[in-house]
Amino acid sequence: MTSDRLRLLLPMMSLAVLLGAVFYLQPRAMSYFGLNLLFNLAIPVALATIAQMMIIMVNDIDLSVGTFVSFCACVTATFVHDTPLLGYAILATAILAYAALGALIQLRGLPAIVVTLGMSFVWGGLAVLILPSPGGASPEWLKTLMGLKTPLIPIAVIAPLVIALVVHLLIKRSWVGVILQGVGGNERAMERAGWSVVRLRAAAYGLAGLFGVLAGMCLVGLTTAADANIALRYTLLSIAGVILGGGEFVGGRISPFGAVIGALTLTLAASFLSFLRLSPDWQIGAQGAILILVLAVRLLFLRKEAAA
Amino acid sequence: MTLKAIMLGAATGIITLTAAVAEADTSDKRIALSNNYAGNSWRQAMLESWQKNGDAAVAEGVVAAADAFTTSENQATEQAAQIQNMILQGYDAIVINAASPTAINGAVKAACDAGITVVSFDGIVQEPCAWRIAVDFQQMGREQVKYLAERYPDGGNLLEIRGLAGVFVDDEISAGIHDEVKNSNFEIVGSVHGDWAQDVAQKAVAGILPSLPEIVGVVTQGGDGYGAAQAIGATDRSMPTIVMGNRQDELQWWADEQASNGYETTSLSIAPGVSTLAFWVAQQILDGNDVPKDLTVPFLKVTQDDLVEALKTTPKGSVANVEYTQDQAKDVIATAK
Repeated sequence: MTSDRLRLLLPMMSLAVLLGAVFYLQPRAMSYFGLNLLFNLAIPVALATIAQMMIIMVNDIDLSVGTFVSFCACVTATFVHDTPLLGYAILATAILAYAALGALIQLRGLPAIVVTLGMSFVWGGLAVLILPSPGGASPEWLKTLMGLKTPLIPIAVIAPLVIALVVHLLIKRSWVGVILQGVGGNERAMERAGWSVVRLRAAAYGLAGLFGVLAGMCLVGLTTAADANIALRYTLLSIAGVILGGGEFVGGRISPFGAVIGALTLTLAASFLSFLRLSPDWQIGAQGAILILVLAVRLLFLRKEAAA
Repeated sequence: MTLKAIMLGAATGIITLTAAVAEADTSDKRIALSNNYAGNSWRQAMLESWQKNGDAAVAEGVVAAADAFTTSENQATEQAAQIQNMILQGYDAIVINAASPTAINGAVKAACDAGITVVSFDGIVQEPCAWRIAVDFQQMGREQVKYLAERYPDGGNLLEIRGLAGVFVDDEISAGIHDEVKNSNFEIVGSVHGDWAQDVAQKAVAGILPSLPEIVGVVTQGGDGYGAAQAIGATDRSMPTIVMGNRQDELQWWADEQASNGYETTSLSIAPGVSTLAFWVAQQILDGNDVPKDLTVPFLKVTQDDLVEALKTTPKGSVANVEYTQDQAKDVIATAK
């Protein structure tokens, strides 16, 4: 078994265990309707996690994912709904801005953690400017798409799988992906091989921007309206999702399937604790405990693997 | 008495609470509270009221369950997930104090589509399928000015203490105050942000006082009256009439002043027990009663006459509270029709 497969095995097992526990606690969840309710809010989380993964892939970290997704949600609920052309133009500009940030970070040797932290206030401020009070409306097609009644398997299960597959093909099976991972693996070697690291980093950030935009749009499709603070939690959720899914902060070691499974696991963990009727005072702590538990088990696995 | 007769009686509110309770046909219904935040005294009192009232209702057999859930973080996405979990748990009604008026619309709609009664209060939701028990914050501002106009028919200068800048509640209360001042002889000569907190209000008022002429009254938003009193008390100005916001420290200060120099004012706010009102409204809807989609929360006023009583029942660090009964909920519904 390759190391990549092994990396994926653990997140899958944790998801399966949690899912089993949830089904045991709440048998009603074991249905088309139930699975949809359980997982549909995980779709935007999964997309945001993929966005974060693109950044972590090049050894950076993005603290602005949450506010960026909120910003995109606000744009979707206002401009995309009222004046679609302008709306999509704003979203495209946002993606370009993300790519420009990547280039800037590389050119000036800035720490990404500081730049993105600063940007989080910019996105947050823009979101409030666009939507000073909660409101707006989802474009009709988006609402229809997110509420789609797919045959047999609910969209909440299909969508994350499709997202993971597409990103997997892009990152793991195409030359672009291999080179981008190379930036995380050994930046200098890539430079010596004649690649422009500025462009590559810009590309990685641009991809992150793209998935951030998709996350914002999906979220609005689900909630049918936006709020400037709608997705603040996504910053930490996305980082946790990437790591939970077998990614590492350095070395370009990431897994698209893992990241999506990580996002699903985190969403499910919250539901599990809620079904347990655990007091809210303990819930955050318990969520953290689940995270630490999974990571601890992974460490054991990897040690064994290294020893073998 | 046949069941039908009992139902008829319950609907018209003729028979007593206990009789209606014993045989209401909501006895197998389960109601859940989805709450987004529990981090201040008002919310804690709100949850306590829900618990007390809910436990009693379950014990009397009015409903089968009245469970309260609070999200671990005050985030709309968490609350949406929480509501979706409640749908899975098979509750018949969900009572919501929402993190956002819009961002949980999708989950609320999903609940409605699953045949669940959704009642939002305090933090209301915009989704049309849900019931809304809203606070008329503008009216809260107007009532203060009306009281002061009674006390000072000739008018005078007012100081306004506002809440947290940029929050909808602050804009609304302030709009109500300014609107009503136009119809009176008062003039607002100063305005500061007290952030609904005693310490912030005290600093802000102390800062603006030297630049102000004589003031007769202070209009507030709750949680800031005591701080204003402290700031003004530290100068040689005569104490203006400060409208209070039902906090225990405000009532205590008022009672002390009353005892020493006959100080009079009024106090109003929303009782945290409004969660129990939402509970009974949900129960009434489940009972098959026709309830208008938009209801208004009554204010809890503490006047000079019931100050002593209110102070006795309000714990230190908390807010004056009242829990609503089924009959009071029916009254609120009847006035909205």
